Amino acid sequence: MEMIKASKLIFDYIRRNEEDQIEEVNRAIDGLDAEIGTGDFVAVLGHNGSGKSTFAKHINGILLPTEGTVWISHMDTKDVDRIWDIRKTAGMVFQNPDNQIIGNIVEEDVGFGPENMGVPTEEIWKRVDESLKAVGMTAYRMRSPNKLSGGQKQRVAIAGVMAMRPQCIVLDEPTAMLDPNGRKEVIRTVRELNKREGITVLLITHYMEEVVDADRVIVMDGGKIVMDGTPREIFAQVERLKAYRLDVPQITELAYELKKAGMDLPDGILSREELIEHLVPLISTGV
Amino acid sequence: MLREITLGQYYPVDSLIHRLDPRTKLFGTLVFLVSLFLSRNIWGYLLATAVLTAVIRMSQVPFSYMIKGLKAVVILLLISVSFNLFLTSGEVLARFWIFSVTREGVRMAGFMAVRLIYLILGSTIMTLTTTPNALTDGLEKSLGLLHKIGVPVHEISMMMSIALRFIPILVEETDKIMKAQMARGADFESGNLIQRVKAMVPLLVPLFISAFRRATDLAMAMEARCYRGGEGRTKMKPLHYSGRDHVAYGLMLTYLSGIVILRYL
Repeated sequence: MEMIKASKLIFDYIRRNEEDQIEEVNRAIDGLDAEIGTGDFVAVLGHNGSGKSTFAKHINGILLPTEGTVWISHMDTKDVDRIWDIRKTAGMVFQNPDNQIIGNIVEEDVGFGPENMGVPTEEIWKRVDESLKAVGMTAYRMRSPNKLSGGQKQRVAIAGVMAMRPQCIVLDEPTAMLDPNGRKEVIRTVRELNKREGITVLLITHYMEEVVDADRVIVMDGGKIVMDGTPREIFAQVERLKAYRLDVPQITELAYELKKAGMDLPDGILSREELIEHLVPLISTGV
Repeated sequence: MLREITLGQYYPVDSLIHRLDPRTKLFGTLVFLVSLFLSRNIWGYLLATAVLTAVIRMSQVPFSYMIKGLKAVVILLLISVSFNLFLTSGEVLARFWIFSVTREGVRMAGFMAVRLIYLILGSTIMTLTTTPNALTDGLEKSLGLLHKIGVPVHEISMMMSIALRFIPILVEETDKIMKAQMARGADFESGNLIQRVKAMVPLLVPLFISAFRRATDLAMAMEARCYRGGEGRTKMKPLHYSGRDHVAYGLMLTYLSGIVILRYL
């Protein structure tokens, strides 16, 4: 069963001048078709302006399609009556950790979503406890969000989404403003939620290292999906990725260069261990 | 320099006053303020002093901490006291140059000073013993009736708590922008007042732009988390009156009637 389905999706950013006349039309998404299965961990890659964030905002109805349709577990996002069900089903984590935390205390922020949904008080407390535990932030529940690190803030934001019991979480470049440690922390949390709770994850990013663990990688360019496959399949095509102005993980690039220089290595090496495993026999035989 | 600003100067100890419902404290402060304006003679003020002292003791907030709030209003206090002192007509006690001090003037000035100081102390106790969140919650609930005549009570209290959350963030941002501009030669510290105010303009423009950007982001994040106004919303921490609140209300009413009786003594 598919969690997210987009069909012939088109979205135009329209800029109007003061007289409400159209000044400029910018097509951010141009006929996108996609299906994302329940429980998958899907990463979406693309350079700036490829339409990946715009696509993310379609998933919980923040943006509505200019043409085409998006379904979230069979609900059409254009259906005004079901917009709150859709937002309950697909939670969203944004880029800037400061601009998405509403509460003055961590636990109050996590409770914000359930409060809006009209969940009874005792149930809110239960959900807040569970969500904070799920992201490993229970120890910080009484703190002010302003006193947390970037990575911790994003984990609070994820807990805030989790408390709404979504089936799917969309993370729109959640690590773009974090340091390397914060990035690891957030990705590990997301990965665990996907594994343990079976939540569908759509991770929008431009950090290649975060994509390696995904079940599936989608590459977007010019508002379209241009590549789609497992990380190994995608990263085997180094030249093509570079044409879309994307980097490959350092290790993959090293393996690729070594192979180009004549070493007998397979395509799409993703981790250091994997490279070592292939390199050691080559070196010991003296090739 | 900007980091020193503290808002909602909550003093975290676990006292009886801290544990009262914010609505009780709001109402209590209101009763106290009204009582100050009802009192006309020394007996009323003595009762107010006794009650204030008792509440301060119960709140476990050090008195020295409390009078910090008074420093900000010293000038206002001096102005109003001297106006009362010199401009009240009546039996002349002393005279120098064009000013004359009258018996009534001394009396009025004394009462005015006490009134102002108590006013500030009374409201300081409330802000020191109540977290900003509890305060906005309390306001929202107490002003619930206004909602019926179309005042957007929930929205106002939501705005207040969001403002409280973003003040430190914007302060930090101001600091950053200031440093960035100082690094490029901007001068915020020398020159006369007008020059200094002018130097602030290039600070405000980027600050406003960024504040608007944050506001858009936050609105989106709130919508994504199903925020749709106060209708149908539940509370994670609903306000409940407990026994001590009822006792407090009882004491407040006794106090208020005491003040009214003393007024006619």
